[in-house]
Amino acid sequence: MIEVSNLVKCYGNHTAVDHLTFSVSEGQIYGFLGPNGAGKSTTMNIMTGYLAPTSGEVRIGGHNILEEPEKARKCIGYLPEVPPLYPDMTVLEYLRFAAGLKQIPKKEWTAMICEIMELTGITDIQNRLIRNLSKGYRQRIGLAQAVLGYPPIIILDEPMAGLDPRQIIEIRDLIRSLGKKHTVILSSHILSEISAVCDHIMIISHGKLAASDTPENLSRLMQGSCTLELTVRTEKNSLEHILTLPDGVLAYELSPSPEAGAWDVSIRMDEVYDLRETLFYLCAERHAVILKMQLSRMSLEDVFLELTQDPDTGKNPAKSTKGGN
Amino acid sequence: MSAIYHKEVKGFLSSMIGYVCIAFLLAVTGIYFTAYHLQAAYPRFSFTLQGILFVFLIAVPVLTMRVLAEERHQKTDQLLLTSPVSITGIVLGKYLALVTIFLIPIIIIALYPLILMQFGTVSLPMAYTSLAGFFLLGCCFLAIGMYLSSVTESQVIAAVLTFLVLFVCYVIPGISSFFPETASASFYILLIAAVVLTLPVYCMTHYTLSTLLFGLMAGLLLTVFYITVPSLYEGLVQKLLYAFDISSHFSEFAAGVLDVTGIVYYLSMIGVCLFLTVQSIQKRRWS
Repeated sequence: MIEVSNLVKCYGNHTAVDHLTFSVSEGQIYGFLGPNGAGKSTTMNIMTGYLAPTSGEVRIGGHNILEEPEKARKCIGYLPEVPPLYPDMTVLEYLRFAAGLKQIPKKEWTAMICEIMELTGITDIQNRLIRNLSKGYRQRIGLAQAVLGYPPIIILDEPMAGLDPRQIIEIRDLIRSLGKKHTVILSSHILSEISAVCDHIMIISHGKLAASDTPENLSRLMQGSCTLELTVRTEKNSLEHILTLPDGVLAYELSPSPEAGAWDVSIRMDEVYDLRETLFYLCAERHAVILKMQLSRMSLEDVFLELTQDPDTGKNPAKSTKGGN
Repeated sequence: MSAIYHKEVKGFLSSMIGYVCIAFLLAVTGIYFTAYHLQAAYPRFSFTLQGILFVFLIAVPVLTMRVLAEERHQKTDQLLLTSPVSITGIVLGKYLALVTIFLIPIIIIALYPLILMQFGTVSLPMAYTSLAGFFLLGCCFLAIGMYLSSVTESQVIAAVLTFLVLFVCYVIPGISSFFPETASASFYILLIAAVVLTLPVYCMTHYTLSTLLFGLMAGLLLTVFYITVPSLYEGLVQKLLYAFDISSHFSEFAAGVLDVTGIVYYLSMIGVCLFLTVQSIQKRRWS
């Protein structure tokens, strides 16, 4: 459906999108996830033909977006980051204008616009001036515009921004129902939004594709190494000695615990081994008292932080504050 | 394209701008018409049209400033440029809407010669030829205004730029008489112009080498021509200025001549401006 190959976009010296390659297949909901400034909006702007790439190619349903722009754009409904609304039009006027732009046959307008207004919940405000509407309503009008004409691909740039919790749930349901008939691509920097609706997540960081998989696979991918957190009351030397004994310890970090005479250890270990029992007996033999033991697997949130960490420092901000050493 | 055309025409007629411009044009025409024809009983209608050329300086920037600058400012250009309409379609739709709005006062003004008929003999072909010239002149100015509106995001800058360009067009006949007509004077003036032109070249490319190359090539060409065919340079500055003297081409029409040169000149000027508008929108996607 959509093929993006080797996409590069530079603004002066700054590279916003850096050799991005991915493809999107029919009938699924895709989520672009990345921190602010990762290049999500730029990528979407290029895919819809608003911006031209510095190099690389975008094909929409087999049509190159630069060579056959009209044919390619006909397959796409796009809601940009800022909904492109004319403040001095009423909602109905605006949707009629959008229908004209999308070259929808005139006799279908009324029925289709009514249906879409119902779908996005803006029927009650159809005769109000867009100028006077709140951010949530504007977002929904933008969404209605993107869905208008039922294009096979719907691209939504941060569709949930500025909505209240109740509206978020409504829009989420709407996107899910759209995903049954259309290919939907949406972006967000908030993980829970993406993991709630998407079949497939693409994590973008510094203009590069950091990971692309289903939400389940992504969290499994990282579970290969999980962490065991311990608080043990003993001498530092004997603790270090204990940790050298069992197999499967990949790395560990030692820090003084707030509890008197105790040490906090966080052990990264191979998933194949469950070290909890071994460690318990090893500590017991050496009269080291285990005050706390906890096994933690990586959540999707951790995967996200791990993948989008700054490559220059090699450490992500959230982790380094937690470590405290 | 038709969707954009309808939206634009509706936009002008549902806000103040369209009406204010039409009213202003009609009011000024009415005053001149009354003074020249109804009171002084002068039969040539083109006299009024030549007198009111200055209204373009005000009406055109006001009409054109928002056309593309506003779209860019409120980010609605994202809707237009990602819809299945070509950029040429967008630009043409907008331009035709501007022309339509301008056509409204022209149609009303077209009644004035008929009013004048009540009081004596009036050459209608002459009157309508000059009105056609007036219309073409206005269309040409609108195209310039639209191009300048596509260059910037700010409506104010677009309006000021348009005013300045139209003002220069308006005063060119006066300026061109400042320059001496001899070949050597033309040569030196063009040489200075070539040096000044290197500045925008540098701003656009940021390459010292290409700027130097451009300056040297221009200087060399001018010198070679000056040595081989010096007669080419006689009155050249005036000729060049005349090419940009949009309002003087109107005087032929005002004299009652359906001037083919003038028609071709205006149509090509409109074509160039529309082409530049498309290019300036296209360029922004690449930078």
